[in-house]
Amino acid sequence: MSSEALTSAQYIKHHLTNWTYGRFDDGNWGFAKDAEEIKEMGFMSINVDTTFWSIFLGVFFLYFFHKAAKKAEAGVPGKLQNFVEWIVEFIDSSVKGSFSAKNALVAPLSLTIFVWVFLMNFMDLVPVDWLPLLAGWVGETFFGADPHHVFFKVVPTTDPNATFGMAFSVFFLVLFYSIKIKGIGGFAGELTLQPFQSKNKLVMLLFIPINFLLEFVSLIAKPISLALRLYGNMYAGEMIFILIAMMFSASIGMGIFGGFLQLGWAIFHILIVTLQAFIFMTLTIVYLEMAHHEH
Amino acid sequence: MNINLTLFGQSITFLIFVWFCMKFVWPPIMAALKEREKKIADGLAAAERGEHEQELAEKAAAEKLHEAKEQASEIIVQAQKRASEIVDEAKTDARAEGERLVTAAQSEIEQEVNRAKETLRQQVAGIAIAGASKVLEREIDESSHGDILDKLVAEI
Repeated sequence: MSSEALTSAQYIKHHLTNWTYGRFDDGNWGFAKDAEEIKEMGFMSINVDTTFWSIFLGVFFLYFFHKAAKKAEAGVPGKLQNFVEWIVEFIDSSVKGSFSAKNALVAPLSLTIFVWVFLMNFMDLVPVDWLPLLAGWVGETFFGADPHHVFFKVVPTTDPNATFGMAFSVFFLVLFYSIKIKGIGGFAGELTLQPFQSKNKLVMLLFIPINFLLEFVSLIAKPISLALRLYGNMYAGEMIFILIAMMFSASIGMGIFGGFLQLGWAIFHILIVTLQAFIFMTLTIVYLEMAHHEH
Repeated sequence: MNINLTLFGQSITFLIFVWFCMKFVWPPIMAALKEREKKIADGLAAAERGEHEQELAEKAAAEKLHEAKEQASEIIVQAQKRASEIVDEAKTDARAEGERLVTAAQSEIEQEVNRAKETLRQQVAGIAIAGASKVLEREIDESSHGDILDKLVAEI
């Protein structure tokens, strides 16, 4: 519990608010102090915590993998190289298992998604109060900010911006390769000429809008389901950690019980963290596979 | 759940990460993995080849050993033959030498005997003359009765 002065609702709200930098209505840019100001900023704002942690973790991932890649050789691998190769081989076999076309992008894309999403999800296992409290202390001590107005959400994947950002990038790649491989005509045909087909030209003409509606929805559903699945799982997990954390301030008995609950949930969450990263990756591979083949 | 500029930031960041991964992370690692795979395959093939070669070498060694054993036994047989030959030769030589020695000794003995006989004969002749002169009580002239004495000596 960060402070006695907060009610449970405020505590939860504080934990679920992003550290936001954006443009106020009067045209000035600055950090938002509360949810109202974030609302005021609207689209013209940036979630600093999400951006910081995602870039930090991405650079962390690429730094170590690049380090291993630079030293990679056919001889006996070191510890880091062994670990990196283990992951790379796992990704490679996953990609080979479900992606049949030739594309040098897919495997590195999958590797990036898997490790990056895993690391971002993994931030969920850092006790929910640690980093926000640290941020609040830093904000209060060095910048004179009210710690209640310092928001710090450490799990980037509980921010829909992060998940949708990735999902839209993947969707963009799906569209790009669909058009590149099948041509605009082929891609449009795929969207309009199935699943309903008819030999009669007139009936077929009638089917086209229906087909388009169905196919378009299923096409649009890809990035949205991709993003929402990850976001929903991580958000729910984070929420439960926050609720468990609230038990610590209730009483000693509840606190001890909460400790066990947190431990159990954290152990279970390791599975979810990995699984969600794997699902995001696998679906990306499958979508790209579909983009490469007529069906 | 408020969507804002972070969305674009995340998309761009993501694509940059993917680009970096595709450019600097994936290819060298895959190359190393492929190379190691090849190395291992080569190593296995070499091991198999080595095993085969060893088998051949073992066979050759066994053959050589067999040959050497045969040669050795042949040499031993020859040596034994030669040894028995030498022994036989030596035996023959020894026998001949012995015979020669025996013959020489016999002839010497014969000579000695003859010499002894001669001496004896002369002594007997002397004794006979002395005896005869005693009997006759007179001196017998040895030179004038030489022929009788010689006849006597020859008779003895």
